[in-house]
Amino acid sequence: MKDKLEKEKEAAQPRALPPKQTVTLTINGTERQLELEPWVSLLDMLREQLHLTGTKVGCNHGQCGACTILLDGKRINSCLTLAVMHDGAEITTIEGLAKDGELHPVQQGFIVHDAFQCGYCTPGQICSVVGLVSEGKARTLDDIRDLMSGNICRCGAYNNIVKVVQEELERSKAQ
Amino acid sequence: MKPFTYSRANEERAAVKEIAASKGAKFIAGGTNLLDLMKMNVMQPAHLVDITHLGMKAIEENQAGGLRLGALVTNADTAYHPLVEQRYPLLSHAILAGASAQLRNKATDGGNLLQRTRCDYFYDTQTACNKREPGTGCSAIKGYNRNLAILGTSEYCIATYPSDMAVALAALEAKVNVTGPDGDRVIPMGDFHRLPGDTPHIDTNLQENELITSIDLPAKGFADHYAYVKVRDRASYAFALVSVAAGLELDGDTIKEARVALGGVAQKPWRLPEAEAMLQGQQASKENFGKVAAAYLQGAKGYGDNDFKIELAKRAIVRALLLATEMEGKS
Repeated sequence: MKDKLEKEKEAAQPRALPPKQTVTLTINGTERQLELEPWVSLLDMLREQLHLTGTKVGCNHGQCGACTILLDGKRINSCLTLAVMHDGAEITTIEGLAKDGELHPVQQGFIVHDAFQCGYCTPGQICSVVGLVSEGKARTLDDIRDLMSGNICRCGAYNNIVKVVQEELERSKAQ
Repeated sequence: MKPFTYSRANEERAAVKEIAASKGAKFIAGGTNLLDLMKMNVMQPAHLVDITHLGMKAIEENQAGGLRLGALVTNADTAYHPLVEQRYPLLSHAILAGASAQLRNKATDGGNLLQRTRCDYFYDTQTACNKREPGTGCSAIKGYNRNLAILGTSEYCIATYPSDMAVALAALEAKVNVTGPDGDRVIPMGDFHRLPGDTPHIDTNLQENELITSIDLPAKGFADHYAYVKVRDRASYAFALVSVAAGLELDGDTIKEARVALGGVAQKPWRLPEAEAMLQGQQASKENFGKVAAAYLQGAKGYGDNDFKIELAKRAIVRALLLATEMEGKS
């Protein structure tokens, strides 16, 4: 029992704060230099340091996909990775998809197909669709559903989201 | 998350040296499991050594005529690698049955082997758990245990090891290459994970301060006759209730060699070479597969909510072996 109490006491001791680290990233085409504590996730960095709040905090455990961004072109959960590990990386968030005032075709597709209700999961869904299309692995409807399963939509807009993906796959094939 | 210090290793030996020198330090690569556990305070490393700059990102032919998967290759890059798809489709399918596209883009092959259990009590720091905190007891044995183990359990722990990739690696008889303070060594997949016994807090036989550098696949990939059957509560992005990796080498209807590994039923991928050997020289038939299934589940023990897994695992084995048999001409 004493052992356990001592252990708990030890665990409750505040740890000394380590120095911040300098990280340089290219975010939506702009190079940014930041001073960060090692435990800051990419997600928290985007939202709290850079005020890019388009990327959403959902579960914060990699289960819902609301925080999906593109890291060096690949979709990942920004909540489950440390910003300090990505010095030199290139990041695209929902804010970086539109070009010259024109929405990205996937963003446009979400409007055309009414692929959202509350919109909270939408930035993550859109980044995930962009990642899925560039991966080039989805061939069937089942593939689309499987490869989008890391993005949860509690409003249940799935059918219309799948339509956007189908359309975008067709468009990318035609190019 | 508890504050921690961070450093980036640029060389294998330096990484091993650093982790050995620093109390409570852990390696970090993809981080998809470790950071989650750190957010929950289930794991509280005081220092993280970033190994993502060590190289180990190649997939190349090894001396045995098989493939060597660098420890830092992502799960996605492994599953979609042309040589893996072509020669080890069982591995590709198993990897793609796990996690989500986002996680597979970040999670590494080495890290996948070190995934910790998804037992709810392990994650809940308010409950007793011998794996998280040795000596506190097991809340799962008499608790909610639907997704927990039926084979190789002990009175101290009934956790399962959740990887899909590792189930295929076990069936393929892969080998794990590691390096540590005492040099390099090779751990066969069958010996990599350990059963709980009275020390359930130790998941694997990887020693403290050892680093996984690569995984070797033997030449034989069972690419003509294989199946990965995963039974879960939803069609995608869920851990296995039961999974089966099966590989067959057939001569007509006659089995020359059979491999079967189970996932979701124990703290390690469950393989029984003596039961596989029962199929050697036998007909590939439902009846013979049923005998193997019965042998695999002999001694299985349910804990209430997970009793159903025993029958489910038997049926999944038969189904996987039938699917593997029937592949002829389809691939």
